[in-house]
This record gives sequence, structure tokens and C-alpha cells, in this order.
Amino acid sequence: MNTIVLRVGRYSVLVERRTVLVSLALAGAGLALALVGLCHGASWATPSEVLSALAGRGDSVVVIRDWRLPRVAAALVFGASLGLAGAIFQNLTRNALGSPDVIGLDAGAYTGALFAITVLSGTAAQLAIGSVIGGLLTALLIYVLSLKSGLSGLRLIVIGIAVNAILTAVNSWIELRAELDVAIAATGWSAGSLNGIDWDEVYLPFLIIGGLMLVLVTLSHAMHQAALGDELAVTSGVSLNRLRLLIVLVGVGCTATVTAIAGPIVFIALAAPQIGRRLAGAAGVTLVPAALTGAALLMAADLVAQLLLAPMALPVGVVTTAIGGCYLIWLLFREVKRP
Amino acid sequence: MTTRPTTRPSTRPAAPSATRLAARDVTLAYGERVVSANVDLDIMDGAFTAIIGPNACGKSTMLRSFVRLLKPTTGTISFDGRDISGYKPKSIAREVGFLPQQLAAPENIAVKRLVARGRYPHQSLLSTWSAEDERAVTGALAAAGVEELAERLVEELSGGQRQRVWVAMVLAQETPYLLLDEPTTFLDITHQYELLALFARLRDEGRTVIAVLHDINQACRFADHLVAMKDGRVVAQGAPADIVDAALIQEVFDLPCIVVPDPAVGTPMIVPTP
Repeated sequence: MNTIVLRVGRYSVLVERRTVLVSLALAGAGLALALVGLCHGASWATPSEVLSALAGRGDSVVVIRDWRLPRVAAALVFGASLGLAGAIFQNLTRNALGSPDVIGLDAGAYTGALFAITVLSGTAAQLAIGSVIGGLLTALLIYVLSLKSGLSGLRLIVIGIAVNAILTAVNSWIELRAELDVAIAATGWSAGSLNGIDWDEVYLPFLIIGGLMLVLVTLSHAMHQAALGDELAVTSGVSLNRLRLLIVLVGVGCTATVTAIAGPIVFIALAAPQIGRRLAGAAGVTLVPAALTGAALLMAADLVAQLLLAPMALPVGVVTTAIGGCYLIWLLFREVKRP
Repeated sequence: MTTRPTTRPSTRPAAPSATRLAARDVTLAYGERVVSANVDLDIMDGAFTAIIGPNACGKSTMLRSFVRLLKPTTGTISFDGRDISGYKPKSIAREVGFLPQQLAAPENIAVKRLVARGRYPHQSLLSTWSAEDERAVTGALAAAGVEELAERLVEELSGGQRQRVWVAMVLAQETPYLLLDEPTTFLDITHQYELLALFARLRDEGRTVIAVLHDINQACRFADHLVAMKDGRVVAQGAPADIVDAALIQEVFDLPCIVVPDPAVGTPMIVPTP
């Protein structure tokens, strides 16, 4: 048998053996990359130094626990969050291209954040709320524009790509019009960057993402059922409208929280669910492999961003955009060729 | 012609006359376009009912309203005397199952996992795979004759196999009522007869089967009860032998024909005249 039944008391779930093994391997890869991330810095630390520093011993406790760990933790958690957001929207649109970074939700969240720093005073709370509202308004706009053709189908994707282009232009315009110091801050951040992240900035986002993940756990079974199509979902007992509303809120929340702190980091949400799905050999777009792949991918991309032109650290978004652009072109080719 | 009896006693006395699933005075519309106005329809319990009629006569729409895919603008669809929209989604989904016409399986899904999706209304958040689920899925795979395909991927199957897998999925839902929208449409003739025989077998095991069918001769051969629809109205209903004649076919399908007994089983068979 290639499936395992996990049973606790009267509760039991059926999982594929391969999905479990691949998930463990992905988690291991993410942690290994995280260890490299903790070792890397102005001076390399050995893994044993890192581990003792994490335990609170040695000379480099401050460097590793207070400077490097928040960045590494942010890469893992934000990567997982983006992977989940991608899986959610790819499930919802039933299309590998239907991820939040492609259809403009990242750009919309970023517009909201820009509004918060240029027009308002740009506190952390304003940034967070601004990006969530920006993301939700963008989702609403795409939904209204594609009402005729329904949620699945290439039309929604094409509309999303157009909305993304428009919002990206709007974002540049806001940056150009802004005061110089604001514009400089915004431009550095517009590429999507984890540079200089500290604990104070990530506590709240981690809590929010954790909460969203818990909500997602309660929705995941219905979400996978809905992948059978609207008709079977309804007739097998899914409350489709309620599910869609909640799942869009969670998906936008996952994207916007990351965008509020790190700026728009593209490609992770697009690629992680598909890579995770193929590795795990799973049916449809599954959540756990998507989250774990997202974490490992963003961690790896952030390492590349730090190492590529060292000692200058690139914004991680530059790396993900460069790789993601090629992947997106390939996906589009495949999508257009599909009958 | 206009005073056609709408119900006559069934030739199958086994079918009880009680009805749990019924439409009362329903009007069905897509936006402004009214498909059916003020229609009554009782689903005969324990029987195999076939709904026939020309394209766009509202038969699929009728079926969709019975499974909460279309909310009537007036009237009610009731189950056990209660409006179906008042039931919890999962609890009504344990009573009435539906197989739509357009089906798309998730990528890379094994047959057994797809059939297991039929168990959704029986599962809770934390218990998504019980011994009961296992039993129901095994039973459904056997009933639809697809046990040997259990570990195969759905996308690798032929059209006929795939359709039987979908039937297995809706069987695993273990609903006393089974509604099927043109289940035989894309199948070759052998698979069509196999599938219809399966539905008749399910009826014999006590399920109520309602299917929209295009082939009148097949409907006459396998169904206990025919519902003929035209322009959103129920024109006639009853046992095939009681209601099918040249006049009905002329009225419903606008097709001149003669009706002869099917040489194999004796049910009405229509033969269009040139």
C-alpha cells in the first residue's frame, strides 16, 4: 500500500506515504538551508558555533540570535506563507498561473502599503492594514472583472496579469511623486527584501501568519473537495460561498502580511505549490508540500541574494523575479498550447 | 392531445407511491430567463426515473434544482416535507447525490482517492478517513466494476472507465437518492448499456435513481417511470408502456415516428418515419 492511515482515538486521516516522506525531506532541506543562513554573515560561523549560540552559549549569541535568526526565521515563515497563498489561489482558480503574485495581489498589497507610508504616517499597523486592504480590493476588482467567465479559466488570469501591470505602474508613479526620503525607502523595499529585518518587525506578522494557518487547517478539507468543481462541491456538502470568502481572506492575508514587511516577493507563491505538488506526487495542489517548498525556496533565494554580489546584499525579490520570470514564460507557453 | 393523464399506476407494483423528494410550484430561471414556470414533480421512491425531452427543455435545470445548484425563484424543493435549502449542506448531501455532466478530476489523482472524495459529507474536520469510509469506497469500487483500477491514475483511463469511476465516487456518498445528468452521453454503446444496467441494479438494491437521458429507447427499456418535458413543462409522466406513443413523441420531440415493442424486451421502441 502506498497510503498510511494516521489514527488518534476516533480521528483518522489517510495520507500518501510519498507525501509524508517528501514533506519530511523538504522540512529537512529548509532547516539545513536555515543553518547555512545562520552561519553566513560578515564572518562565517561554524555550525557548532551556531548551535551553541542558539542554545545561548558562546561569544556570538547576539550576532546569531538577534541579528541573523530573525532574518532566517522570516525567510522560512514568509516563504511558507507565500507558498500557502499560492496554493490557495491556484486551488481557487484551478490554474497553475492563478497565484497572487501573477494576478496582481502582491502589487495591490504593495499599493496599499505605499499609500500608508506616503499619505499616512507609515506605522507598522498602518502598513499591515494598508497592504491587506490593498490586496482585498485588488481581489475584488479581479473578481468583478471576471464575473462573466467564472473563477476558473484563463480569462481571470489574463485580467489579473493586466491588473498587475497597471498596479505596478501605479506603484512606480507613487514612488516618483513621493518625498525623496520616502521614495528612497520605498524603492529599496519595492524589490522585496529581507535585509535588516529584526525581531521587533517580525513578531506580529509571525502571529498573524500562524493564526491564518490555523484557520486554513480547518478549511483545507473543504478546499480540496471544492477542487472537484463547483457542482460536485455543492452537492457533496461544501458551503461554497462561505468557503470562498474565507479562503480569499486567508490567501490575501498570507500575501499581504509578507508584503507589508518585506515588499512584494514574487515567484515563491507561483512556483512553490507546483514544485511541492510534483515532488509529493500529490493529487491537486496540496498545502503542506506548498508551504514547506515555499520556506525552502525563499530561504535559498535569500542566501543567493546575500552571496551573489557579496559583500553587497541584493534584495531577495530581485533573485526571485529573475528566476520566476523564466518559469512564468514557460508556464504561459504551456498554458496557451493546452487544448 | 392536451388532456394527457400525467400519472398512471406504475407497471412495477414494487415501487412504493410515497415521495420524499418533491418540487412544488417551482419556477426556475437563470437571471431573467425563465426556464420552467410553476412546475410540480414528485420523485417516485425506489424507482428508476428517466427525464426525457429535447435539448433546452429544462430537464437538466430541473435536476439541478433538486440538488441545490439552482434556487427556485418561486416554490420549494422539499425533502421529507422540509425545504432542502433549510438542511445543513452535509446532511442533505448524505441523502441526495448528484453526478454532473461536466466532470474534471484534479491532476494526478488515483482512482481510489477520487472515489474517496464521495465520502466528504460523512467526514468531519479531524476524521477524514474512518473504517466506514474504507468500507464504502471498497463497496463503491466493486459496484461500479472498477476495483482493479483502484490504484491507477484517473487521467490514464479511457472515457468509459472514467465515467464508471465517477459513478463509483457518487456511489461512495451512499445516498438513498442518486441524480445523474446525462450520464451516458460520451460513452460508446456498450458502456451506455453497462451503465444503465448498473443503475437498474442500484434501483433493485433500494436506491432511487433519477437520470436525464437522451436515448428514448434506452429510457423505456431501463426506467420504471418516464418524465417527458418540453419548454420547461412536464408534458407527461408514467410507466414507459403507459405513456409512450407516436403522439407523445410527436408532441415532445416534434418527430414523426411509429412506436413498436422492443423485440428484445418488449418495452416501447420508437422508430422515426421518413
